Amino acid sequence: MPIRPAGLPVLAALAMLVAAAFPGAVLAQPRDTVTVGMAIEPAGLDPTAAAPVAIGQVTWQNIYEGLTRIDRDGAVQPQLAREWSISEDGLTYVFTLRDDVSFSNGVAFTAETAKFTLDRARGEASTNPQKQFFATILSVEATDPQTLTVTLSQPTGNLLYWLAWPAAVMVEPGSAATNNVRPVGTGPFELAEWRQGDRIELRRRDDYWNPDDRPALAAATFRFLADPQAQAAAIRSGDIDAIPEFAAPELYAALEDEADLTTVVGNTELKVVAGLNGRKAPFDDPRVRQALMMAVDRNALIEGVHAGYGEPIGSHYTPNDPGYVDLTAVHPYDPAAAKRLLAEAGYPDGFSLSIKTPQMSYAIRSAEVLQAFLAEIGVTLEIVPTEFPARWVDEVFTRHDFDMTIVAHAEPLDIGIYARPDYYFGYANPAFDAAIVAAETATDPEERLARYGDAQRILADEVPALYLFVMPKLGVWNAALTGLWENEPIPSNDLTDVAWSN
Amino acid sequence: MLRMIAWRLAGLLATLLAVSVVVFLVMDVLPGDPAAIMLGTSARPDTLAALRLELGLDQPLPLRFAAWIGGALTGDFGTSRTYGVPVAGLILDRLAVTLPLALMAITLSVVLALPLGILAASRRGSFWDVAATGVAQAGVAMPNFWVGLLLILVFASTLGIMPSGGFPGWDAGIGPALAALTLPAVALALPQAAVLTRVTRSAVLDVLHEDFVRTARAKGLTKRAALWRHAVPNALLPVVTVIGLQFTFLIAGAVLVENVFGLPGLGSLAVQALQQRDLIVMQDVVLLLATLVIVVNFLVDLSYLVLDPRLRASA
Repeated sequence: MPIRPAGLPVLAALAMLVAAAFPGAVLAQPRDTVTVGMAIEPAGLDPTAAAPVAIGQVTWQNIYEGLTRIDRDGAVQPQLAREWSISEDGLTYVFTLRDDVSFSNGVAFTAETAKFTLDRARGEASTNPQKQFFATILSVEATDPQTLTVTLSQPTGNLLYWLAWPAAVMVEPGSAATNNVRPVGTGPFELAEWRQGDRIELRRRDDYWNPDDRPALAAATFRFLADPQAQAAAIRSGDIDAIPEFAAPELYAALEDEADLTTVVGNTELKVVAGLNGRKAPFDDPRVRQALMMAVDRNALIEGVHAGYGEPIGSHYTPNDPGYVDLTAVHPYDPAAAKRLLAEAGYPDGFSLSIKTPQMSYAIRSAEVLQAFLAEIGVTLEIVPTEFPARWVDEVFTRHDFDMTIVAHAEPLDIGIYARPDYYFGYANPAFDAAIVAAETATDPEERLARYGDAQRILADEVPALYLFVMPKLGVWNAALTGLWENEPIPSNDLTDVAWSN
Repeated sequence: MLRMIAWRLAGLLATLLAVSVVVFLVMDVLPGDPAAIMLGTSARPDTLAALRLELGLDQPLPLRFAAWIGGALTGDFGTSRTYGVPVAGLILDRLAVTLPLALMAITLSVVLALPLGILAASRRGSFWDVAATGVAQAGVAMPNFWVGLLLILVFASTLGIMPSGGFPGWDAGIGPALAALTLPAVALALPQAAVLTRVTRSAVLDVLHEDFVRTARAKGLTKRAALWRHAVPNALLPVVTVIGLQFTFLIAGAVLVENVFGLPGLGSLAVQALQQRDLIVMQDVVLLLATLVIVVNFLVDLSYLVLDPRLRASA
């Protein structure tokens, strides 16, 4: 007769008793991993090599850090640079760097590393997508291992802000060339695995330098789901814990009713603007551009395009940006006044124009709403579908072959693009250029914001592009999850403060 | 028969070469400079020039073609511009999802469609025929991504018994991997099965009116025996052709379903490479897909020889 292990059932029964008595203690393990859903997979993992915002949304603050960083309110904070001093003339920045920082491959971070990073970004062969940030840097010197001296050719009031960007994160010479696939940074996480087309997994570093900012999460996964229906199903079924930027506003309202989900509508830096080709008639006449702007009821447009989520803007600036001025009242919705202005400009019977429209749904819907509004003042708008980015970059951005176009400009504080003579708007105004130069070279922060105010007012007045709305950040996540950013002062998914509340 | 196979093989190779040239030329005339796309809307001319140099886009067309084909022949399929990893590995990873998915879907489709189609044809006009054609009609009208959404809604969101999407990878175990592929396979199979049911039904009906079936019946075979021994084998030719077409569609055209289920398959790789203007990945994927289509067609042709004795005799 086989021997029966009599002890086992007893043990099992005991275990069940204990489990029943202390359900929390035995059964509930503290959750320390999170799965975040994103619509677009990053192209590479090196934000200093390519522009797509998804790169920064995965890596910035998680894997890479900068000399400075931007916090959730959009303010510049110290990071790898502990502190700095700026010379009276605004031309010399002396950074004191932290001495306890190492990259995830074990290499120490020093002033030499910082010098390497900045010289690489501004160098001849640099493919940094924001190379212009570094244009005013004359020289970078590692005075000693903890001191970095940056000398400028002209005062650059935004320098500390630019240095906080994904494009300016600190990289280490030995791994810089392979960061695109195997990213190495000083951040709290490192790459565990990238399953291309599906997911990117990060794990917490044990040797992270900043004890105050040590993440609660042991690991995090970014999953890529382009389809909004699939996103909704994944968050409902719990396969994904958070979707910081939900893709479809019309499905979002239904998620707002789910008890175990938190929904937060925040702001982004994405300015949806309908750019006009100022190089050609009749768009070279400010009166025509103003008339087009006055024909559009921005609130109704947001209702039609984005189920009412989003905030109207009157210039190329968002409420997140420092020094924002609300200029939506400069050219308010007034079709009668728009018609008078068109007649004054020599178009009493209106005219026809085309809008080159990327395939993104916000762009298509906006173009359709614009079509209806412009028809009211006798202007016929023909919608020309134009694939983004390839065809759009080629036709609109490079060859300036368009009347009107529509795109969401993602870069924070990019109002300076209107001062570029070769930019697609074809906008030229010495007063505007002067305001931008004054803002960018101001050493006094107040002065800088005041000049940005001037620049905003000039654009609102002259309307080189129709300023429509700021894209909302439709966040949805598990109600037990805390610490995700509600607004997006810079495109990112900083997971440092994310934790489970139970 | 061997000579015929040899001829077909030679034709296959010639087609592949022609396809590779066409693929390369088509990629080159696509609008959009890959470097400009990588650098985005704040690109500066000097940065653009530096990146073009780094990517080798300044090289003349014939040189780039030679480099690509030369590499492919020696097993080097290049490096993805988007991901920075070898394309060969990337494609293998995707095939590890797409091939099992396509096989599951096609098996399911055949298992559903053949019996239904034969049943409908053999009892033409009966309740079974009306029911089968009705279901097939509805199935043809349902797009597979919509079926997919429906399946997610029922089995993932409401019942919570299946994953809503994503692919855990084969290293997570056979069970989870197959579970992840089941709903997408069903979504792909249902509309395909509907088409196949109709094809099978009409093919069997056609054959039932042929002289040889009448002869078989005159010889004294029962209706059932005539159906299975003579009608069905002969009706298989058009059915196999459609299965071949469906298989190639499942490899290349399952993009929408892959999208709905968030599956990293070959179709989504192709679309993403197109959007990012990742030329080398596009070239390799299109070449692979063309090869698959040509090879499947070749196999379908061979299966004719097996299925139809008349063709064998003339070959």
